[in-house]
Amino acid sequence: MTQTDSVISIQKLNKTYKGGYQALKSIDLDIRRGEIFALLGPNGAGKTTLIGVVCGLVRMTGGTVIADGHDITRDFRKARAKIGLVPQELATDMFETVWHTVSFSRGLFGMAPNPQHIERVLKDLSLWDKKDNKIATLSGGMKRRVLIAKALSHEPKILFLDEPTAGVDVELRRDMWNLVGRLRDQGVTIILTTHYIEEAEMMADRIGVINKGEIVLVEDKHALMRKLGQTRVTIGLKEKRDAPPNLDQPLELSGDGMTLTLTLHGEGDAEDTGVADVLKDLMAAGIDFKTVHAERSSLEDIFVGLVETRQ
Amino acid sequence: MNMHAVRAIYMFELSRTWRTLFQSIAAPVLSTSLYFIVFGSAIGSRMTVIDGVSYGAFIVPGLTLLSILTESVSNASFGIYLPRFTGTIYELLSAPVSVVEALLGYVGAAATKSMILGAIILATARVFVPYDIEHPLMALVFLAMISLTFSLFGFILGVWADGFEKLQVVPLLVITPLTFLGGTFYSIKMLPAIWQQVTLFNPIVYLINGFRWTFYGKADVNVWISFGMTFAFMAICTAIIAWIFKTGYRLRS
Repeated sequence: MTQTDSVISIQKLNKTYKGGYQALKSIDLDIRRGEIFALLGPNGAGKTTLIGVVCGLVRMTGGTVIADGHDITRDFRKARAKIGLVPQELATDMFETVWHTVSFSRGLFGMAPNPQHIERVLKDLSLWDKKDNKIATLSGGMKRRVLIAKALSHEPKILFLDEPTAGVDVELRRDMWNLVGRLRDQGVTIILTTHYIEEAEMMADRIGVINKGEIVLVEDKHALMRKLGQTRVTIGLKEKRDAPPNLDQPLELSGDGMTLTLTLHGEGDAEDTGVADVLKDLMAAGIDFKTVHAERSSLEDIFVGLVETRQ
Repeated sequence: MNMHAVRAIYMFELSRTWRTLFQSIAAPVLSTSLYFIVFGSAIGSRMTVIDGVSYGAFIVPGLTLLSILTESVSNASFGIYLPRFTGTIYELLSAPVSVVEALLGYVGAAATKSMILGAIILATARVFVPYDIEHPLMALVFLAMISLTFSLFGFILGVWADGFEKLQVVPLLVITPLTFLGGTFYSIKMLPAIWQQVTLFNPIVYLINGFRWTFYGKADVNVWISFGMTFAFMAICTAIIAWIFKTGYRLRS
């Protein structure tokens, strides 16, 4: 990968905490400019530590991290100015107004005041009518929006969203993903962690899986689904059978002899064709059926499979 | 230099003062006024003159410093401890802000508050006790140095503390007793010889005597030693803070 299409380049990144716990083990990872990258992993896998190192919250033990061409240690000013972070915890200045706290964030990141930009961000996040409210008076969902507004106040090129939809309602979740889509359209690179894997499946361009401080895989989402995805077709028979029919596709017969199961690997047309073929073959063989149920494995199934394999 | 960040932190901290006006300004002014009423106006008239200065006027510099020292430590320690406690410190740590800029913002704001408080207390004291300032410029410089030094000390306390109790304990159980025993209400020459020597280990003695010298041109300790001690304390605090940021002590994991 060339320097130009990699907006974040992480090489041999290690983090060992004081107690000796190794949270990150020689991580190599490149994030492409303008993509939405979902970092998945079970609790304690190292997701937040990895984000913390890139954003300057956690001191690395070894390795290098380059953000938009700037080393995050040697050239921390330029690197950090490009990065926005929405943390997992709802950490806010309770007694400040929404307007003041968002304007404060912009100044902190070295940007001159720009009330028009702050107004645009607050309107985008449906916070405009709350701009003079103290943060303590806002609901949890609104506080989450304030954190996002703070992270966007300095017009970052790279945005980290650490579990942004944890504990938020459906409306906010939808708004947030609409916003993420708009930001991507504006050229912002987004790195997110989430427990809602269906969100990663819906939004992300690439998926990274981290487990026990190691990157297990990094793959284009569709390639991953093709490689590891599978479709399970369950066919309910009208009459009991003693053995599975001898067709091109390997079918499994249930113990009661009433259900056939077919497992197809890959994603997309091949699977659809496979389902159609087996149904045609069954009809041709005079095997009548009453129900057909096809279930495609989700990213979550793939993720669980990957993590369990490495336990 | 990220001046936008310095301004943002400085203004943010000052706005906290206006939000907690009673705690930050009114309470120390009220308590100091009570000292002036009791020791300056009521009892002070029956006390002897010290070094040619009336007792009421004698205690003005020390009482002013008593408030300034405790408020500098309290304000600066709360300024940095509060974001640590609420978790909003993540923003400062992830921002393109250097040690110097963070200090200019947090410590600058705490020292500014102390200077404003000092001016108000001195104005209030004038209502109860007649006094003059012989070296006003030196008084201003001294006040600024002391405010800065103790705001730096407060910053260290705010980084070190892992609970609100520790924030309260140091001003109440360390700063206040040392200030009382540092010659706020008496000249150290009035102490027995052995205690005159012991009291010289109290760093507050040098601050009070230096500040008193700017008022009346007289002090128990040479004014340049006082300046030197204040400067040394400031340098030590700055070095500790530089170490804190370098190692990430209690800030970065």
